[in-house]
Amino acid sequence: MSTETAQAAEVKKAAEPLLSKRRKKLISDPLVDDNPITIQVLGICSALAVTTQMQPTMVMAISVIFVMVMANLTISLLRNTIPSRVRIIVQLAVIATLVTLVNEVLKAFAFDMYKELSVFIGLIITNCIVMGRLEAFALGNKPYDSVLDGFGSALGYSWIILAVAFFRELLGSGSVFGVPVYDAVSGLFGEDFSLATNGLMVSPVGAFIILGLIIWVQRTKTGYVEH
Amino acid sequence: MQQSNAYIITFSVIMTVVLGLLLSGTSQVLAPIQKKAVELDTKKQILGAVLEGEKISAMSPEEVLEFYEKRISSKVVDINGKEIEKDSDGNPIVAENVDIGKNFKKSPEERQYPVFIFHAEGDEDSVESIILPVYGSGLWDSIWGYLALQTDVTTIEGVTFGHAAETPGLGARITASNVQARYDGKQIFDDSGELVSVRMQKGEGKDYSDDPHKVDGLSGATITANGVNDMLKNYLSHYKEYLKTKKSGSSSEEVASIN
Repeated sequence: MSTETAQAAEVKKAAEPLLSKRRKKLISDPLVDDNPITIQVLGICSALAVTTQMQPTMVMAISVIFVMVMANLTISLLRNTIPSRVRIIVQLAVIATLVTLVNEVLKAFAFDMYKELSVFIGLIITNCIVMGRLEAFALGNKPYDSVLDGFGSALGYSWIILAVAFFRELLGSGSVFGVPVYDAVSGLFGEDFSLATNGLMVSPVGAFIILGLIIWVQRTKTGYVEH
Repeated sequence: MQQSNAYIITFSVIMTVVLGLLLSGTSQVLAPIQKKAVELDTKKQILGAVLEGEKISAMSPEEVLEFYEKRISSKVVDINGKEIEKDSDGNPIVAENVDIGKNFKKSPEERQYPVFIFHAEGDEDSVESIILPVYGSGLWDSIWGYLALQTDVTTIEGVTFGHAAETPGLGARITASNVQARYDGKQIFDDSGELVSVRMQKGEGKDYSDDPHKVDGLSGATITANGVNDMLKNYLSHYKEYLKTKKSGSSSEEVASIN
């Protein structure tokens, strides 16, 4: 955290372009090199829970992006006024408020999604990625940088859960975004041909396996080792 | 930076007030829209028991409400199958406004049981199917649904289920149309006229098309499936008296027509 703060102070001197190299890195780092799920291994709980199908996962991803960007922005704007002794409670209150807003808006305008997702939307509050970024970045950086950082981390989270959901829905339910792929494929080979779905993929165990494989592939490529 | 206690307390108070106002404000502003969404959802679910899902989703909200107005009539019965028109305070009861969830908390004898009749347009006597609300417990929270019976009062025309908090992709699949379609054509009474209901089986992928009282289960969601089974069984037994009057009514008509 201290190095990041120092760095931010340094670049302040000259007017920085809106998307400078450093700022691009704020977004791109969490996608692979510093991914919240696969490298920091945060937010696993929701990555396991919502990812049985693509569509709810997509709504979850969008909600997390909204909550993280807004929470990072709010905390960053207030960073000099927040009393350090109660900062965790302040962060929690801000996150909880944002999540409740998302829930209310979904209930009013996307009632079907609300019915499907309401439990998990509430669980964003306990998603450690959100609070982790507030504590590690937003408290010590300017609003615009914090927004980028929140957006990057949320994107990193989103693409992983979407990838997990893609494989779980495809292998577990034989469909993608609710479109029955397996039925279409077996239709090509005549009536006797059919693909069996894997029930394991529908249960949380399936998410662990997929997630483990993704982490394996990624770490083999990047050469990242945990110390 | 170490702040004084007074600062911390002031900050917390201001934060609480601001966030509180923000939340209650949004809730106030969105409440009417949410209420409409809930009402539309309820009517969609009632219609969902007799119509194809695609047909309903193709309709605009206004069309759904208009269709409902034209084709559904409703009444409320008690556990003995008698129609009740006024509650204990003498206020008229409207079936659409009966809160099934609230009634579920009362003992079965005291509950109000709404019945929705799907009839031909403009003719309330030409019954096409009888739609009954059902309510119960899933794995995490409440589940509910509507069950449509054909005019023989035993064959299921269609079902629709809803839930408060079942796991997405597992128990929440009870809302999927391909799961609900498994109930179509099943029978709730056996040949001797006993109520047996329809049970979802454990495991998924078996063919139960030759058994009128069993449907394929939900892999990974056995507790939700059991909840659905109990829900159907309980509510069908609560509606049994009402269904019997319908059944004897229709069979005597048959006799009359034969004579």
